[in-house]
Amino acid sequence: MTNMTEIGGFKAFWRRLRKNRLAMTGSGIVLLLVLAALLAPWIAPYDPTEIDIDQIMMPPTLQHPLGTDMLGRDVLSRMIYGSRVSLQVSFIAVGIALMIGVIFGSLAGYYGGKTDTVVMRFVDLMLCFPSFFLILSVIAFLEPSLLNIMIVIGLTSWMGMARLVRAEFLSLKEREFVLAAKAQGIPDRRIIVRHLLPNAIAPAVVSAILGIGAAILTESALSFLGLGVQPPIPSWGNILTAGKDNIEIAWWLSLFPGLAILITILGYNLLGEGARDALDPRLKL
Amino acid sequence: MATYILKRLIGMGPMLIGITLISFVVIHLAPGEPTDMQTQLNPKASAEAYQRLREHYGLNDPIHIQYWNWLKRIAKLDLGNSFRQDGRPVIDKIKEALPITILLNVLSLFLILLVSIPIGVLAATRQYSLFDKLTTVVVYIGFAVPTFWLALLMMILFGLELGWLPISGLHSFGYELFSPAQKFSDLAKHLALPVFVAAFGGLAGLSRYMRLNLLEVIRQDYILTARAKGLSENKVIYKHALRNALLPVITILGLSIPGLIGGGVIFESIFSIPGMGRLFYESVMARDYPVVMGILVIGGVLTLLGNLIADASYALADPRIRHGK
Repeated sequence: MTNMTEIGGFKAFWRRLRKNRLAMTGSGIVLLLVLAALLAPWIAPYDPTEIDIDQIMMPPTLQHPLGTDMLGRDVLSRMIYGSRVSLQVSFIAVGIALMIGVIFGSLAGYYGGKTDTVVMRFVDLMLCFPSFFLILSVIAFLEPSLLNIMIVIGLTSWMGMARLVRAEFLSLKEREFVLAAKAQGIPDRRIIVRHLLPNAIAPAVVSAILGIGAAILTESALSFLGLGVQPPIPSWGNILTAGKDNIEIAWWLSLFPGLAILITILGYNLLGEGARDALDPRLKL
Repeated sequence: MATYILKRLIGMGPMLIGITLISFVVIHLAPGEPTDMQTQLNPKASAEAYQRLREHYGLNDPIHIQYWNWLKRIAKLDLGNSFRQDGRPVIDKIKEALPITILLNVLSLFLILLVSIPIGVLAATRQYSLFDKLTTVVVYIGFAVPTFWLALLMMILFGLELGWLPISGLHSFGYELFSPAQKFSDLAKHLALPVFVAAFGGLAGLSRYMRLNLLEVIRQDYILTARAKGLSENKVIYKHALRNALLPVITILGLSIPGLIGGGVIFESIFSIPGMGRLFYESVMARDYPVVMGILVIGGVLTLLGNLIADASYALADPRIRHGK
């Protein structure tokens, strides 16, 4: 198993991760994205919602490096602001998923028996749904808002993390340090939170990094279908919708936002896989 | 084997109840009603007509009664009628859409297997070669590509710039008058882009999986034995290693079913293909509860069945699992 103690602690993990060039490329991409989102008002050349009737549907030029859309808004600026939406949605959604996964996984793994059966059956059940259908119906029936999107993506993507945490707990709970804690009469909650979780959470965190890419994809797909972030707020998905609507005349509206999504997800995947390899060097192929 | 399948089928019962319960609650707790479309948005509708409509659809009953009534009906395989203007039975609408989605998915699965298995094998047998590195890059990109974006790019390139392929629908205008050969080529042209787009993500996943699997199998003792016997490398790889490496693919295919059904929403909408995904999207937008419920339930059943078939065929194909049972 991949407990922190067995792989030589966080330092050894970090050393292995640093040596992985692909993972470092990935973290570079992620860092750039975070910077773009944080510094959007300073680095975006134009106001992303500023309409300019004289500059409608301009192909990429020096003035507008990525062109303009059907309202003459600068696509580059809209994409820089759009990164805020992607970042926000993916981090919060995955955070929610991680929280649910950790809670269910620890309860199932620690208590076993009936609790375990019930929780794991529920996990199986959730995995049976085409999750995009579920997300789509909830978002469409509620209001399509940022908050709802984050919550619904979170609620439909915790199952893998619950399984990982449970597996770690199963292998850890019979170990001496846990038995010792129990013998001292330390309450269950404290054993779970202070003794077990720190040792058990790493694989779930890695899976969360990989989940960020999936969350960005889901959000942009929802925006693309008109059920995500509502205009005039820019998001990569709704710029792509404009691309679809003007597919015959404005290829730049389709090309660039999709490219941004691709590169972002690539970054998170590279980082996540690097972290997984660094966590368990034996798995590396 | 028969008892195993029977046990699994019985186990599906509670799962189905769970699936329907979750779908029902999700849909009915949301604010807004299907009657809104016909009353709230229509200034001529009176309050009395609104009540009559609610009564007609059973929306005045408490939610657990509504669920119970719905369960009773579904036990008779009656999914109810659509809330849309046409008021057609849900089952008919699904019957029209499902074969199209299944055709698309079967074709794309076929394409996935046809391409990714050879790629995985070549990459694994030539580990760290240029080909291996190249496919790794392509696979990473394949994982990250948003399918709806890929669809748009393909439409721009092949549909608009080159003009080789149609970009929407399943049939050309005047399809009914075509000869069978023309019909076939027309359908094939319309399906080419959607099938490719649907397959793309799976291609990346399965090639990578195939490669890892084969690398794992090649390290096993029985491969060493096969080599020690003096078998040719081709025989070792294709007769001994590949067969074992292919086994888990069955499970992967079974597990990919919900993703395939769910993924259809986007590219079926983009390409205007009247399959399950588009039907679902349209029904969700129109708050057509019975159709949405019907599709969620049928999607769940297909997933359960897919997993069962995958597990059963895995057991059939692998004597180690069969006899361990």
